[in-house]
Amino acid sequence: MARDAKKLKPVKEFKPLITKSDELPLDPERLRFMHETMVKARCLEERLIAMYKSGHGYFWIGGPGEEAFNVPLGMLIKKGQGPAFDFCHFHYRQSATLLAMGEHPLGAIRQMKNTATDPYSGGRNFAGHFSKREWNIAPVSSPIEVQYAMVCGTALAQKRLGGDSISIVTGGDAGTAEGDFATSLVWSSRPGEELPVLILVTNNKWGISTPYGQVQGVERISDRGAAFGMRAKTIDGNDPISAYLELKEAFEYVRTERKPYLVEARVSRLYGHSSASGANFVTAEADCLALFEERLDQHGVRSKDEAKRLRQKYTEEFAELARQAKEEPFPDGGTIWNHVYAGEPGKDPLAD
Amino acid sequence: MAQAIRMALHYAEEHLGVTDIFGEDVGPPLGGVFTCTQGLETTWNSPLDERGIIGTAMGLAMAGARPVAEIQFCDYIYNTIDLLKLAGNTLWSSNGQWNLPMVVMTPVGSGIRGSIYHSHSFDATMSHIPGWKTVMPSTPLDAYGLMLSACREQNPVMFLIPKALMRVKGDEPIPGEPADEKQLSKMIDAPLGDRSKWKAQWPELSDAAIPLGKAKLVRQGSQLTVVSYGRTMPLVKKAAETLAAEGLDAEVLDLRTLWPYDWDAIVESVKKTGRVLFVNEDTEVTNFGEHLARRVTEKLFYHLLAPPKVLAGKFVPGIGLADTLEAASVPQQGDVDAAMRALATMQP
Repeated sequence: MARDAKKLKPVKEFKPLITKSDELPLDPERLRFMHETMVKARCLEERLIAMYKSGHGYFWIGGPGEEAFNVPLGMLIKKGQGPAFDFCHFHYRQSATLLAMGEHPLGAIRQMKNTATDPYSGGRNFAGHFSKREWNIAPVSSPIEVQYAMVCGTALAQKRLGGDSISIVTGGDAGTAEGDFATSLVWSSRPGEELPVLILVTNNKWGISTPYGQVQGVERISDRGAAFGMRAKTIDGNDPISAYLELKEAFEYVRTERKPYLVEARVSRLYGHSSASGANFVTAEADCLALFEERLDQHGVRSKDEAKRLRQKYTEEFAELARQAKEEPFPDGGTIWNHVYAGEPGKDPLAD
Repeated sequence: MAQAIRMALHYAEEHLGVTDIFGEDVGPPLGGVFTCTQGLETTWNSPLDERGIIGTAMGLAMAGARPVAEIQFCDYIYNTIDLLKLAGNTLWSSNGQWNLPMVVMTPVGSGIRGSIYHSHSFDATMSHIPGWKTVMPSTPLDAYGLMLSACREQNPVMFLIPKALMRVKGDEPIPGEPADEKQLSKMIDAPLGDRSKWKAQWPELSDAAIPLGKAKLVRQGSQLTVVSYGRTMPLVKKAAETLAAEGLDAEVLDLRTLWPYDWDAIVESVKKTGRVLFVNEDTEVTNFGEHLARRVTEKLFYHLLAPPKVLAGKFVPGIGLADTLEAASVPQQGDVDAAMRALATMQP
């Protein structure tokens, strides 16, 4: 018989530093931007799922349910190219972060449809596998946790440069079992050589079908930071205001102290792991968007009707973008030789 | 060869923008377990974490630095395979956005009685990972020149160092190297004991880069072509001399770069001799020599006078410590002599 999964304690018991859920300590404009971006991100993921279900993509994976964490994250990133700007080592649930950084949603739709116009991989990679060098967004790859092995490299270059840029890495709770997670903790906290790394873990309590509590005994993933003498905390990733303020504190610390910070955010997973598990809406988990809309309505920042209209608007807009992408060509098979090596023309090396 | 690599890395620090030379025990005081990194300016000791070493090199390359990372023995590189694959596909998967100018160097192969976990080869495995360039010198001068090219590359380069040749002295000097080897040692080898105040005195080195992808014609011949690289190269060279005394005239190519390799040089030679032997010491099943033999068979079939042959390591899980076990596992001088003789004289 399988061992019962240990249930995680709700995050409220861990006394978040800043949140008071009855207050809205951010200006209304910021709150409305935050909400609208969350709506956009949810509509985008739902469009990608619809594309998958109607045969316009082979596989879907994304982050619906994490918008309350991922949008604030995007709002705090200093985007640009090169070590003077933040480096982003993301996993495949980060569309909301890209939208918050100002990315146009058409790229994600094109990648879902694997068209030649896909700006991230030219039709080579799955949905949600972003890459954008102009903004230091390192290519997202499917192997779990490898980004945690790379993040200290960019952070080392940033520390040497001086300035306030940092390297940010994201991944899930299940992946923290990989050695690469330990790599990020060890390498970012070498005595006297600490690195400006913001180590983020979104804990949705699942690794595909396996409950976190069944396979890992660490109650709070953030506790692992203590052994390395680094700042760490567990926050409520379902509350965008709390997430924004907690992340802001962490960003400021890493930017100024040039030392690592480990943040675990408790989040929901609203459409399962990926299309492989059906990608159907889960009602048993908290929906951060619905909860936020309730609060915005109560405080007169944005009415439920307005929120509904936004949702409708983006649903229609993205359906139109999907129709556009459907008309675009797939990459030509002959392009497989392109970009094997930088600075060299693509050609079959065995062709005589 | 260790000194040649060290001098190349010094040149690369000074002139080619290398920013980080790192790995386990790479920095002071040791300067690498084979001393390849003694006295350099940008060396540092990493945690004992091969995945961290490769991942950090990738991150540094992404951020515009130019790292040379060392895996202490290639026997310990296997837990980084998916990162090596990632480094090789980062440019491709991002459709041309992210190139990774990084060098990974690692000692390979048998020859020091290194037993099961200090004798592995890595060339066959590496040849299954596209997106990298892979080199393997057999002389100090080649090691020097290939390292300079590796440090200029815009793409990841795997630099395999045959550990059996780590201490060989080359026939051809490195430009700038003092003729007296004792003098060189005094200048650039760290002293025993306290090294905290020691600084290397580097000779005036010059740019003697050897382009990647170019084989070296080691010996001209007319009856047989032998293509090799790394530890087995000196064995092939010596065998060719032995066979010459028997009236058999072998042409010898040192491939030097395994990928992209010098196909034109192989074609030219095999068209001339009609017989070809590929020699290396990695395990023989799905060996890199097998790929070369297949290509020669397919493309040059009507030029051949005998079947292309591969002489490689036995397909066993490890190389045993005892002298007899190592000798039975990977090609030795006698094996190379015999294989060359057999192929040169084979009749239908």
